[in-house]
Amino acid sequence: MKWITAWRRRPWAGYAVVLAALAIIGVAYAGVSPRTDRAQAAAAAASDQDVAKGKQLFNQACSSCHGANAEGTKNAPSLIGVGAASVDFQVSTGRMPAMNLGAQIPRKKPVFNEEQTRQIAAYIASLGGGPAIPSKDQVDPASGDAAMGGKLFRANCAQCHNFAGSGGALTGGKYAPPLDKATPEQIYEAMLTGPQAMPVFNDTTLTPAQKRAIIAYVTQTRSEPNPGGNGLGRVGPVAEGLAGWLVGLGLIVIAAMWITARKPKKKHNV
Amino acid sequence: MTTQAPPKAVDGAIGFLDERFGTAGFLRGKMKKVFPDHWSFMLGEIALYSFIILLATGTFLTLWFKPSMSEVVYNGHYTKLYGVHMSEAYNSTLRISFDVRGGLLMRQIHHWAAVLFVASLTVHMLRVFFTGAYRKPREVNWLIGLGLFTLALLEGLFGYSLPDDLLSGTGLRITQGVMQSIPLVGTYLFYFAFGGDFPGHDFIPRLYTVHVLLIPGILLALVGAHFMILWHQGHTQFPGKNRAEKNVIGKPFYPVFMIKAGAFFMFTFAVIALLGTFAQINPIWLFGPYTPDAITAGSQPDYYMGFLEGALRIMPNWETNLWGHTVSWNVLVPALVPLGLIMTGAALWPFIEQWATGDKRIHHIADRPRNAPFRTAVGMTAVTFYGLLWLAGGNDVIADKFHVSLYATTWFFRVAVFVGPAIAYFVTKRICLGLQNKDADILHHGVESGVIMRLPSGEFIEVHEPARDEDKAVLTGKVPLPELAIEDEDENGIPSPSARGPLGKLRKNLNQAFTADDVPVNGHDEGHDDTGPHAEEDLQPGGVEPGGTGGSRAISHH
Ligand code: HEC
Ligand code: HEC
Ligand code: HEM
Repeated sequence: MKWITAWRRRPWAGYAVVLAALAIIGVAYAGVSPRTDRAQAAAAAASDQDVAKGKQLFNQACSSCHGANAEGTKNAPSLIGVGAASVDFQVSTGRMPAMNLGAQIPRKKPVFNEEQTRQIAAYIASLGGGPAIPSKDQVDPASGDAAMGGKLFRANCAQCHNFAGSGGALTGGKYAPPLDKATPEQIYEAMLTGPQAMPVFNDTTLTPAQKRAIIAYVTQTRSEPNPGGNGLGRVGPVAEGLAGWLVGLGLIVIAAMWITARKPKKKHNV
Repeated sequence: MTTQAPPKAVDGAIGFLDERFGTAGFLRGKMKKVFPDHWSFMLGEIALYSFIILLATGTFLTLWFKPSMSEVVYNGHYTKLYGVHMSEAYNSTLRISFDVRGGLLMRQIHHWAAVLFVASLTVHMLRVFFTGAYRKPREVNWLIGLGLFTLALLEGLFGYSLPDDLLSGTGLRITQGVMQSIPLVGTYLFYFAFGGDFPGHDFIPRLYTVHVLLIPGILLALVGAHFMILWHQGHTQFPGKNRAEKNVIGKPFYPVFMIKAGAFFMFTFAVIALLGTFAQINPIWLFGPYTPDAITAGSQPDYYMGFLEGALRIMPNWETNLWGHTVSWNVLVPALVPLGLIMTGAALWPFIEQWATGDKRIHHIADRPRNAPFRTAVGMTAVTFYGLLWLAGGNDVIADKFHVSLYATTWFFRVAVFVGPAIAYFVTKRICLGLQNKDADILHHGVESGVIMRLPSGEFIEVHEPARDEDKAVLTGKVPLPELAIEDEDENGIPSPSARGPLGKLRKNLNQAFTADDVPVNGHDEGHDDTGPHAEEDLQPGGVEPGGTGGSRAISHH
């Protein structure tokens, strides 16, 4: 590898590297962008097929509750106009197809894969529009302003989901789940569609940029380590009180017992 | 108990002091002061050590904390708050946490020490209560202790309100609500304390002065008084062999107890430091700065305020309109009634007990809780009441973690705060009686030896052997209450003046409550039928020895 070292030292080496890099980026861009165009075209073309597939899947898994044409039954609401975003959220979080209807349908392992989910979403969207699945860029945490997101989160979400997104109880056996599993898409869709007891945050309440900021806040918060040690579940003073009593006082009282313990009976009395 | 002379080093120091202040007799005596050996007597010391740690770490925090509400823009190391507007108080607490070397550790140690301070005060008070250690001559120290406890609660409340984060702001908002709900003076009180609108610019600086100067000063003075009285009066001790009202059995302060106390301080400090290092507490950067429009799930106060929060949460939303003023029972009742009940009750208790039992004697021997069933049961009633309110303060976390409805927990606690204490009262009393019967039985029939014997009739029985002297001394150490000199009726059947009237009746009833459930440990008739056959009755008459240590009456043979 000696020749690289020698080569690097030449005065023109820096310019050459920059030029080469530019060239690579240019070629890559030229190569990639028509392909994305093609992908979009493919998506559009496949759309009819998707809708048909989606309808098939819907009939198998969903129609028993939502009705043959998604018009709703007495067990489940109509899905006409709920949009692809709602379907994507419900199915990708495993909430739908619902198993047993308790106070709240829980998140579980999804039944359908990504493609099938997209197909069902396409079918429902074909019935009456509604909010679409957000693009990758719309939900990109890296381009969101986490500080603004924090402010918005505390004003709009923390009252149910807790300050760190650890979840909280609501009335009637319902609960706001912890936000440790939801993907950026799901967070966006949750805000957009307001599943079950959660309110809808449409684009006038929270603009797309604000939604992205919230996503940045949520994803950063959950991945950030606790500088103070164990986070105690990040639920606040209740856990701290328990730890103080059980661990703190518990250990000290054991020490007190140990210090005052009398040696096993010997001849002399104290 | 060893009474060796203090070694030269100590004696030299005492001599130095004596030549200047004439204190040698006092100090030499105090050096030999005896401390009893029972772990429950160390609980108060945990409080003392936590307090010392609070003073030290708190002083460290004052070097960086800025008690100011002026608005600044954050530009420190915690990027998730970069550019956010906040108060100087919150900003400086963030700075302590992320930019001051060791700052976060100090904050966490300060906070954990606060939690342990109040927790250890609580268990210390319970120990004193359940052993009757508040009885004459220690009533004043009991009252001082209650003062310490109340001030500790306030000190903690003010402490965690200082950083002006979302949780502390929510707490202050409640404090404000409570102040304003006080009839007539509430509004004035609020303006006086906050100096204008909520939260305003004045309140945090005022809290700060109170938190770092006023209350610690009073606490320090009270702790001093508490210990001087303790030193003067000596410790109580549990009954036992050779223990009497006149002596204290244990270790002399110097050197044994001093070494033990030193070790115990180290241990307390170690536990608090470990918690401070490995368990995150009050992560204010996650809470965010306080703004009036924000609120979070799980907004609880520190645990020691939790029972007030619980009362607030389960109180029905009652308000009445009286002469154009709204009286907010929904805030007033939970804020004042539980704390008032517990603290007033605790303060009056020693005097109520004296009055009801007529027991004006000096006590240095602690009661075993089982031997005072009424007191123990009342204590457990209060503990249950407090505990249930405390749990109710975390009802949202309970509902969330155990998947029950929030609404259901509210109703559960509404019923439980009344039913639970009542159940606790009766159950405790039964347990005390059971234990007393067991004690009487041991004295009477001895303890099970594990030896099985077969009677000529073919029946199998277990041989009982007499209890050891040490154990017996504990059992017979119970001091019976004096007969109350209320004469019910004179010879003509007319109730005596002291027993007439509602007060007299109350006294009689209370007296009965205090004395009714007493199983005499020295008698022979009690606790006999329900304990089955006993070997020594048939095989070794006289198996129960007359315990030389006995109480007022000697133990007799069959
Ligand atoms: C066991 C009955 C059941 C089955 C099966 C079921 N659902 Fe649902 N679904 C419900 C109920 C009930 C709700 C209403 C939940 C609520 O809001 O409380 C619901 C709600 C929804 C919503 C949200 C509607 C809105 O207003 O945003 C979507 C989307 C949905 N279901 C899609 C599906 C899909 C797709 C399937 C099949 C994969 C499916 N469901 C299967 C019962 C069912
Ligand atoms: C009134 C209470 C409430 C508020 C306010 C609220 N949510 Fe929710 N949220 C809920 C509930 C309830 C659910 C569960 C819905 C379900 O299971 O269908 C939920 C579910 C979610 C989920 C799905 C979690 C998962 O694991 O599947 C996300 C993500 C979410 N919320 C984000 C937010 C964000 C971001 C905000 C603020 C803009 C917010 N929520 C505000 C109550 C709330
Ligand atoms: C009995 C005593 C005390 C108790 C119960 C107590 C309790 C508390 C609590 C719970 C906090 C919040 C800490 C946090 O942010 O997590 C606090 C903060 C603070 N305390 Fe104390 N404290 C006590 C004594 C003192 C003393 C004696 C001082 C100073 C000499 C002091 C100085 C401070 C300061 C400056 C803060 C704010 C800084 C911060 O929050 O990080 N405290 N106190």
